[in-house]
Amino acid sequence: MTAWLDSAALILLIGLAAWVVLGRNTFAAVAGFIAYGMLLGLVWVELQGIDVAMTEAAIGGGLTGALMIGAARRLKSAAPVAPATAGTLVIAIGVGAAMAAILAACVLALPNPAPSLASLVAGNIAATGVQNPITAVLLAFRSMDTLLEAVVLLLALIAVWSLAPDAEWPGRIGVPQTANPNGILAYIARVLPPIGLVIGFYIFWAGADQPGGKFQAATILAAMWLLIISAGLGKTPPVSSRWLRAGLIAGPIGFILVGAYGVASTGAFLGLPAAYAKPLIVTIEIALLPTLTLILALLIPPPLRKRAEA
Amino acid sequence: MTGATLHGLAAAILIGLGVFGLIAHASPLRKILAFNIVGSGVFLLAGALARRGAEAGFGGDPVLHAILITGIVVAFSATAMATAMLLRLRSVTDRTTLAETPPRHDADPPA
Amino acid sequence: MLLDLWTIVLVSMGVVFFLAGTVGLLRFPDALSRLHALTKADNLGLGLVVIGLLPRLTGIADGAKMIFVWLLVMLSGACLAQLVAHLIRQSGDFKP
Repeated sequence: MTAWLDSAALILLIGLAAWVVLGRNTFAAVAGFIAYGMLLGLVWVELQGIDVAMTEAAIGGGLTGALMIGAARRLKSAAPVAPATAGTLVIAIGVGAAMAAILAACVLALPNPAPSLASLVAGNIAATGVQNPITAVLLAFRSMDTLLEAVVLLLALIAVWSLAPDAEWPGRIGVPQTANPNGILAYIARVLPPIGLVIGFYIFWAGADQPGGKFQAATILAAMWLLIISAGLGKTPPVSSRWLRAGLIAGPIGFILVGAYGVASTGAFLGLPAAYAKPLIVTIEIALLPTLTLILALLIPPPLRKRAEA
Repeated sequence: MTGATLHGLAAAILIGLGVFGLIAHASPLRKILAFNIVGSGVFLLAGALARRGAEAGFGGDPVLHAILITGIVVAFSATAMATAMLLRLRSVTDRTTLAETPPRHDADPPA
Repeated sequence: MLLDLWTIVLVSMGVVFFLAGTVGLLRFPDALSRLHALTKADNLGLGLVVIGLLPRLTGIADGAKMIFVWLLVMLSGACLAQLVAHLIRQSGDFKP
């Protein structure tokens, strides 16, 4: 029964991917990509990766979708590009098919039993004080990855900012929006954020012991902030704002400070003394939350002109 | 054939489709979309590996799952950067392709 | 047994709404009717599925979460439908 469900979801997923890749209309392809992200979240549930499913639906589907819709809208008036020549198509089909075939052969030739670090995690998770194995891996066993990831996000934002035209620098990012104060957008931008804040912080807090965590929570908080901005109820801060910059570096700095404390207490960078492991993990997560929220929201291209009253 | 194998094969097809789109489309926005399909296919392939490594009461290898979460977030930041570069290219040169065209003298970048 | 019947009947009814909504989305002639078909699937279909699954949950908190998800989907669905309808009217495709 579940094999049927798995197959149906995967066939739908491949169909949607084909829609995204082969469709003629860019906007329809972007819409298909969002549906693809949501369906991929369901497939992740089937693969028993609830944490990954939440991240994929929130970031892979929702946030990337918002990014792509913004870009597609701005490029709508662009001149159409020449379609691919027959030669390019032949190469594309050849390379794509060869890639798929080689990977499929590799999948069928995977070793049995599969190598796994699951029992190592299970054997050592008690030392971290958290019960969600994903959180234990992200913030204790492989915390260096997570630190570098926070730095990568910060660098990506700096790269995006450095592409800003000179005339707009340093100022607010994007044009302040206005919306009809009695309109539906202003309504939902007032009703939803309090609910979103509660859900975001719940998912953040629950992430220590259950599926969830700072990435999923930060995405929800970022979405609420973007909603408020697009309804004109709030403005993006100027890039020179001190509190903005403090929030952006809070995560990496907090993380590095905890890492330095690890040098003093356990002799290894990012080492966590067993007695304080959980409080230190929570400290890192609290420091990362504002950083991730701000960066995820600011990476979405801001509106350049005012929207029509809605 | 186990469920994880099925997911692995689907991931292979997704990667193939994405690579096709990456080469076939001239429009950079479509290339970015196709590259995201490749990325999600790679993640799904890793997910199939993680599912095969299910043991000790976990439904999948949690180390792989954690790295995948990191991967999804980093892929988003790379997508955001690529999109920002594309939008800037448009606003400076009024073109949306990387194809070679004769230099234009009326489209100097603003000072 | 009775519980199974409850779940099967209500979830099937929900699925009918999803099916009808999907058919409407594909077959209805103009954007506003398609929007109408879609919101029915979101609100009623998901609601029936949630009600059908409620007795299978172990705790009150789980049930409350599922009902909360349904309410959130209804709220966002209703607001989004209005926003999309507004865009349709602006684009000039709207024929009263």
